Amino acid sequence: MIQDFITIIQDYWLLLLIGQYPNGPLGGLANTLILSALAIAFAFPVSILMALARLSKWWFLRWPMTALVYVTRGVPLLMLILWCYFVIPLWTGADVPSFLIMLVTLVIYQGAFLSEVVRAGIVSLGQGQMDAARALGHGYMSAMRFVILPQALYNMIPSMISTFVSTIKDTTLGYVINVPDLTFAASQVNNQLLTQPFQVFLILAVVYYILCWSLTFVANSVERRIARRRAGPRNARLPAEAAPLKTITEQL
Amino acid sequence: MNGFDLSAILTNPDYISMLLHGIQMTFIIYIGSWTLAMTLAILLLALRVSPLRIGEPIVAAYVSYHRNVPTLVQLMLWYFGIFTLMPQGLSDWLANNNAEAIFAVVGLGLCQAAYFSEDLRSGLRSVSPGQMEAAQALGHGYASAMRFVIMPQGVRNALPPLINHSVSLFKNSSLAIVIGAPELTHAIKEIENISFRTFEIYMIGTVTYLFFSLIIMGIGAYIAMRADPARRARA
Repeated sequence: MIQDFITIIQDYWLLLLIGQYPNGPLGGLANTLILSALAIAFAFPVSILMALARLSKWWFLRWPMTALVYVTRGVPLLMLILWCYFVIPLWTGADVPSFLIMLVTLVIYQGAFLSEVVRAGIVSLGQGQMDAARALGHGYMSAMRFVILPQALYNMIPSMISTFVSTIKDTTLGYVINVPDLTFAASQVNNQLLTQPFQVFLILAVVYYILCWSLTFVANSVERRIARRRAGPRNARLPAEAAPLKTITEQL
Repeated sequence: MNGFDLSAILTNPDYISMLLHGIQMTFIIYIGSWTLAMTLAILLLALRVSPLRIGEPIVAAYVSYHRNVPTLVQLMLWYFGIFTLMPQGLSDWLANNNAEAIFAVVGLGLCQAAYFSEDLRSGLRSVSPGQMEAAQALGHGYASAMRFVIMPQGVRNALPPLINHSVSLFKNSSLAIVIGAPELTHAIKEIENISFRTFEIYMIGTVTYLFFSLIIMGIGAYIAMRADPARRARA
């Protein structure tokens, strides 16, 4: 049994790592990481805009965004992927690669979830910050830019990292539309071997586990550091247990 | 391709019966895995708070595995991997009894149990230790204090995340399509393949999922409202 694992890793580590890259599209673990990094990089500004739209005083910004957030919260990601897979080629009239479709889906989905985190961060600062900034002569946008968002976003860093973890887990769903990611590579290996599905999928699970566990570990230590800094020097020696766990995760 | 026409699907009895079967299977998977997850979560929590030394690391490892491995990979490991390792008699029986749905229930349920047990644990942890001391000072034993003082408060604190995770379990039931369970998403894909009315059937599927998700959120909000002590004191 152990021998099987070693043989599979020895034979297929390159396929699992970069897919068929020199001869075909980039795939495997590298593609999973690139896809999730790009998704989070785009989802971040999108989520700030969405949060601002949801807090806006104009109904034509607030209502559609609220509806979008509720739809993304109530509909499975798989359904959203199927929608994008159908609609994007229809609108653009081009043969869009599944990688891009998955990227757009993830940006919408994670953007909607992150926007709730951003909104909670802004609301939790309280009205006083905004009033004070306005009293000092900042306009709305400038108060947001220089006073509200820097504070709100700093508190959000742990949530951002855990959103990155859930994005990595979400990329597995690209399997349904044949995005060449790690899961896809593993099922290719499985199709070549045919006889050892348990070993192949256990290796897959272990790789994801190591990846997500280490990122969660980073998120937790950053969170503790931020909680300590916010508590101020007097309470600097608060036990880690006392730090409130604010990290919001969307599971998948 | 004609224009947008919902009635082409909604008036066709074949499509309606496929949709209804899909919804039925989605609910079988959802209710089955929810029940399994909640039962297991309570057992895990009991093991974690029990004085047994060995309980803590076992539960921590269980939770860590199920939270850090994508649900889809867990389902694939169950259906493509563990299924093949089972003894012949058992796997034959499963194959004759809708193995896809059974593995969807088992995979989703085991995964969700990790989330539920963490929700319950953080709910219980947020009850201050003074409550236990006060209850014991009033003459409650450990079990009775748990039953009448700690648990009611802890479960109430755990309700919001439990509701959120119940909704995401419902959404995750769509992952069962990957291992071939004939649930709602599967039915939608099938109708799409037959009718070529992609836009209409996706619309119907999205609205169906949204409808049931909102109902689950509503039930959750109702339970949370009923459990609110301020409202109870008034009644």
